[in-house]
Amino acid sequence: MSTNNLSTSKIPTVVVDDLNIKYRVILGANTGSAAGALRSLVSGKAPSQVVKSVHAVKGVSLTAYEGDTIGLVGRNGSGKSSLLKAVAGLLQPSSGDVYTASQATLLGVSGALNKSISGNRNITLGGLAMGMSREEVEAIRQQVIDFADIEEFIDMPMGTYSSGMQARLRFSIAAARQHEILLVDETLSTGDTEFRARSQAKIRELSGAAGTVFVVAHGHAMIREVCNRAIWMDKGVIKMDGETNAVLDAYEADVAEKKAAKEAKDKDK
Amino acid sequence: MTVTSPDGDSSAKQLATQHGLVSASKIPGLGDYIKSTWRRKDFVAELADARSTQQYSDSLLGRIWQLITPLLNAAIYYLIFGVLLGTSKGIENFTAFLVAGVFVFNFMQVTVTAASASIPKNDRLIKAIHFPKLVLPLATVVQQIQQYAVSLIVLVVIVLLTGEPLTLMWLTLPLVLAMQILFTTGFALILARWGARSRDINQLLPFFTRTWRYVSGVFFSITIFTATMPAAVGTALLLNPGAVYIDLVRDSLMVTESSDPIIWIMGAVWAVVFFIVGLVYFYRGEKKYVN
Repeated sequence: MSTNNLSTSKIPTVVVDDLNIKYRVILGANTGSAAGALRSLVSGKAPSQVVKSVHAVKGVSLTAYEGDTIGLVGRNGSGKSSLLKAVAGLLQPSSGDVYTASQATLLGVSGALNKSISGNRNITLGGLAMGMSREEVEAIRQQVIDFADIEEFIDMPMGTYSSGMQARLRFSIAAARQHEILLVDETLSTGDTEFRARSQAKIRELSGAAGTVFVVAHGHAMIREVCNRAIWMDKGVIKMDGETNAVLDAYEADVAEKKAAKEAKDKDK
Repeated sequence: MTVTSPDGDSSAKQLATQHGLVSASKIPGLGDYIKSTWRRKDFVAELADARSTQQYSDSLLGRIWQLITPLLNAAIYYLIFGVLLGTSKGIENFTAFLVAGVFVFNFMQVTVTAASASIPKNDRLIKAIHFPKLVLPLATVVQQIQQYAVSLIVLVVIVLLTGEPLTLMWLTLPLVLAMQILFTTGFALILARWGARSRDINQLLPFFTRTWRYVSGVFFSITIFTATMPAAVGTALLLNPGAVYIDLVRDSLMVTESSDPIIWIMGAVWAVVFFIVGLVYFYRGEKKYVN
């Protein structure tokens, strides 16, 4: 059920080709007995009861173009975050592939890069890791501090920050650089109203600059406002891909329907 | 749902290739991989420095520990082996002999141990930003080289205080250290890949390094100790990289110690072999460090 009527003259920036992502979740390595651990060590097999394989993304294909701002919606565990991580090269596909015009940057809620060093040094670390030079890092430092609005805490270890402050700083570090492809994962739901407004403005600015932006956010109003396209993911597959309002209306109707069905079922009992 | 063309490429892949898009999961060739790591040399330095700061951030004396730790180590070994067990027999300048052994070996031991944890320890960074993971074990090596530099200054002072003269042989020290660092880096890269795969390596490593220490002649002379054993035993111990680099540093700084030419050759061989094998082995695991 794809409503993809995009003209072929557009320049693609992200091509996802039949992507599958599976990962192994270790549910606790030392819960088994010592004998069991020894057996698995000798047989070379991982103890089966503690490792669970999750098929997070199942054969997803899509193409994003220059100037696209795409909102990703779907229930928790529908594979939105895994898809973004694969686009950023932070997860290895089990099969299929993701092609990008340049290195995509993921803005996540992962908090501090290193909790025991100061916010200031985290700015340096993050900037250098993204491939900036020391001069470039110095050039953006004040802008990052101002944007995150943490001037008075900047020399304190990042572990002492509130989770909102950590998320703000992480967002600011990544957003300080011009990105052709930007992936925003839930960042906007943390932080206060004022920061949310500022980060939304930043996303609009970045998407306006001929880039491609993917946004995962719980707030549908924000997606309706900034995205020209939306993708609804369900249990690892794309259920619908098209114009923002059409996709969101369908998704919201589905959510309401499922909720009504569940309530009716509960009443029956 | 993928449309496949006659040559086997999907239409999506063709579109991507047409517009010059690159696979996000593709690992560059070894040359480009090294280049992109080199471009991040400031990142390596910053990580190393951040770790040193972190390591001493909770202690009152801070980085003075970098000086105190090796001295305490040397003092303990002197007490146990020099005074109590008397392994100093037959060694003219036991103090310098022992301190050189302890410092040179500690650098290798601490570096490979720390490197084995370098991937899991930087989990947050790996999950947040895409960069060549080689920078992580390299940062560990750089941090330990800084610590080693402090130890070496202490060593030079002790060697001179114990009456060793300055000789032309001292000029070979940079060469010896370069070989030792190459070897240690290669070894560290191998353990970094193992450590990324399983945490069990961290449990086993102390037993390995302890054994390695005991067979490397840190606090006794291998030649004297193995004199009554079959020749092969002594040769095997003498040629192990741990003993080789300890021996060469002693040869450089002490007139009372001298190395066989074969030891110098082995120093170069271990350095080149381990560095190349370690680099290629770590590089080939690059895909495994992200999941």
